[in-house]
Amino acid sequence: MNAAKTNTGRQLLEVDNLWVKFPTRNGIFDAVRGVSFTLGQERLGIVGESGSGKSMTGRAILRLIRKPGMVSADKLSLEGQDLMDISEKEMRDVRGQKISMVMQDPKFSLNPVMTVGAQIVEAYRLHADVSKTDARKKAIEMLEAVSIRDPERVFRSYPHELSGGMGQRVMIAMMMIPDPQILIADEPTSALDVSVQTSVLRIMDRLVKERGMGLIFISHDLNLVSSFCDRVLIMYGGRVVEVCDADKLHEAKHPYTQGLLNSLPRLDRPQTHLQVLERDDAWRETESVSGAK
Amino acid sequence: MSMTDISAPAEKLGMRAWLLSEIPTSRRHARLSTLYARWLILRGNSMSMFGLGVLVLLVLSAAFAPWVAPHSPVEQILSNRLLPPGSEGYLLGTDTLGRDILSRIIYGARETLMIVTLIAMIAPVAGLFVGTLAGYVGGVVDIVLMRITDIFLAFPRLVLALAFASALGPGLENAVLAITLTAWAPYARMARAETLTIRNSDYIAAVKLQGAGPFRILTKHIWPLCISSLIVRVTLDMAGIILTAAGLGFLGLGAQPPSPEWGAMTSYGRDVFLSNWWVAIMPGLAIFTVSLAFNLLGDGLRDVLDPKGGGQ
Amino acid sequence: MSGIIIENLNVWFGKGRDRVDAVKNASLSVELGQSFGLVGESGSGKSTILKALTGLAPEWSGRMSVQGVELGKKRDKEFFRTVQMVFQDPYASLHPRHSVDQVLTETLMLHGKDDVNGRIIRLLDDVGLGPSFRFRYPHQLSGGQRQRVAIARALASEPRVLLLDEPTSALDVSVQAEILNLLTDLRAEHKLTYLMVSHDLAVVGHMCDESAVMQHGEIVEMLKTDDLRRGHAEHPYTKHLLESSAGYVAEDA
Repeated sequence: MNAAKTNTGRQLLEVDNLWVKFPTRNGIFDAVRGVSFTLGQERLGIVGESGSGKSMTGRAILRLIRKPGMVSADKLSLEGQDLMDISEKEMRDVRGQKISMVMQDPKFSLNPVMTVGAQIVEAYRLHADVSKTDARKKAIEMLEAVSIRDPERVFRSYPHELSGGMGQRVMIAMMMIPDPQILIADEPTSALDVSVQTSVLRIMDRLVKERGMGLIFISHDLNLVSSFCDRVLIMYGGRVVEVCDADKLHEAKHPYTQGLLNSLPRLDRPQTHLQVLERDDAWRETESVSGAK
Repeated sequence: MSMTDISAPAEKLGMRAWLLSEIPTSRRHARLSTLYARWLILRGNSMSMFGLGVLVLLVLSAAFAPWVAPHSPVEQILSNRLLPPGSEGYLLGTDTLGRDILSRIIYGARETLMIVTLIAMIAPVAGLFVGTLAGYVGGVVDIVLMRITDIFLAFPRLVLALAFASALGPGLENAVLAITLTAWAPYARMARAETLTIRNSDYIAAVKLQGAGPFRILTKHIWPLCISSLIVRVTLDMAGIILTAAGLGFLGLGAQPPSPEWGAMTSYGRDVFLSNWWVAIMPGLAIFTVSLAFNLLGDGLRDVLDPKGGGQ
Repeated sequence: MSGIIIENLNVWFGKGRDRVDAVKNASLSVELGQSFGLVGESGSGKSTILKALTGLAPEWSGRMSVQGVELGKKRDKEFFRTVQMVFQDPYASLHPRHSVDQVLTETLMLHGKDDVNGRIIRLLDDVGLGPSFRFRYPHQLSGGQRQRVAIARALASEPRVLLLDEPTSALDVSVQAEILNLLTDLRAEHKLTYLMVSHDLAVVGHMCDESAVMQHGEIVEMLKTDDLRRGHAEHPYTKHLLESSAGYVAEDA
């Protein structure tokens, strides 16, 4: 367990009253409803089940939600720079360079017809004016930084030739190479075997600490998030229902969080029946709890 | 107001709510609900509705031609030949033999409909049979069936039609036969590809674990899934098929005079095209409109029947 | 009485140079009424053992028997009346065009059961779905509801043995709890034997009396759940799995 960091360094991201809406045949569907939080140089976990809006929140920050989805926020700023009003071209400069995103399955997030090396170099040269040789050198360095033992060989490989864990490390390398300030990781280890999960998380942990980055870790796995992150936001029905320090998660007050924790089977706590979560419609209606520090 | 006026709106509301219900109460209810949901999606697509409207018009023209057409399609009144559109009594003008073009187009709908129906009934069904069998059974059966399919795919339609015409004599039935013989092969390909994907699914494994045999799996599990994409493909292909039949008619290989088949009509208008454009253009427009209608309907059907989004 | 006996099972795919041995020399036995777990990560061969049992794996060698009956290349109706399976992905195990009623009717008819209507009502009741679900299509059901339908389908033939292939790994945590509770209740009520595959040690510890740990196609260790809970593992891989399941541990911890 990590000790709660009360000092989160400088504030990197500020999100205030974020809403994401989708028009459907039966009316407007609110995927994210009034979510607010700040992110410092810390690891912030966003936990929720499917449909809670956690992935949408991550995508909304990077403006990856296309029409007809509608994103609105009172404030969405990166180190003071407003992200809501800038043009698409300026947003492209932000994506990758200032805020990066690692997604769940490298099978789907890496281009299958380009070698891994070519993709990393492309990602790098999008934001830095360097020669191909220099970019290649940096890419190899980055592959070493994510603990890939034979970076030259991996550089020449295609994504389908790599294992899940390796692919995810490549993804991390590609996303970290432009040296962003914030990394958003959306279920980065859910598609990986449990023994590989730890090594990938360690790499993310080390890189984030070394570079003083902020990390938003989106997951459905409450235990994982509580052991990996510093602070946790729990989302339900598009709203944040609870915010707490990761090591104080087991003292959580909201019935949904408690329900989630108690419905997990545990090796150290034998029971004949698992506690079933009783959903309360009132949870959807209550205002989002603010995750601002 | 009569009693029916007051009660009708309330009944309509009840019917609609019943059809849109989230909780079907019987098999019939469930099927009707699904059909209604799909209809609503289609109805929301105005282009497809336009296409559907044109096709309904086509069917009605064919059915009620004798009552709707102002003149006989075959009666030649040589004194009225080559009258331009808008002439008295001849809305679309007359052709080189004084026959009313509008009437011929209306009667010609029958030939068009015959072509469409025959081909739509035979080609995709044959393709479904062959493709799903090859895809499901695999092995030698697959190889043999697919090579046969390849042979038929390689035949150019017009050449085959020419061959048939020389062997059996020209005529619309022979043209349709020729087109059908080449049209089924792509459907077989498509059905086979889908079957290959489907047969590895868990739901097929599950029904195998209930002791289901290959016949049941093919007919009750695989065919329903292939039929959606086949329907879409057929409607999109219809445009091309009508044009091919028209092309054959144009070459004199399809419908024979005095049949008012649209392709043949366009051909007759060739000689007087520069001076009396309407003789060729009017039937040409009819072909164009119906082909477009099929295309638009096919697009709409794709949105409806696509398993990823349909019926939800 | 013996339920499932597997001796020296080898399962492979492909021939010659391209041959992949998915299961190597696996042996285990499950008593009738017992709940047995197969734990391992992807590629460990755990699901392949289930496939071999149900006749879905073409090439295998060794011995397999269920309730004393030896299994050969093909499976007969009697087998399917005794052994049924629940698949992992609830979004893939139901035919998209068949309603719940159609699925259950077909299953009951294939097993030659009478009183189809009454049985459907009872099955739906058994799995906690009311009659309002009977005529729905899969896309009108949530993941948990679909899995309940899959369980109902498996129970339709009144089997003695249920093979469960990661039945809750595609479900949300709260839904998982409901389904696991349902499976626990059904086992007690119908006196079923479970062979459950999972990558999640906590789930296996909760549901099973005993489990086999698999790695790269081989069974590396068999433990009773008590030992699992106390962390009394001998094989290093089992120890490694136990550690990993405790959550993330930082490098310098």
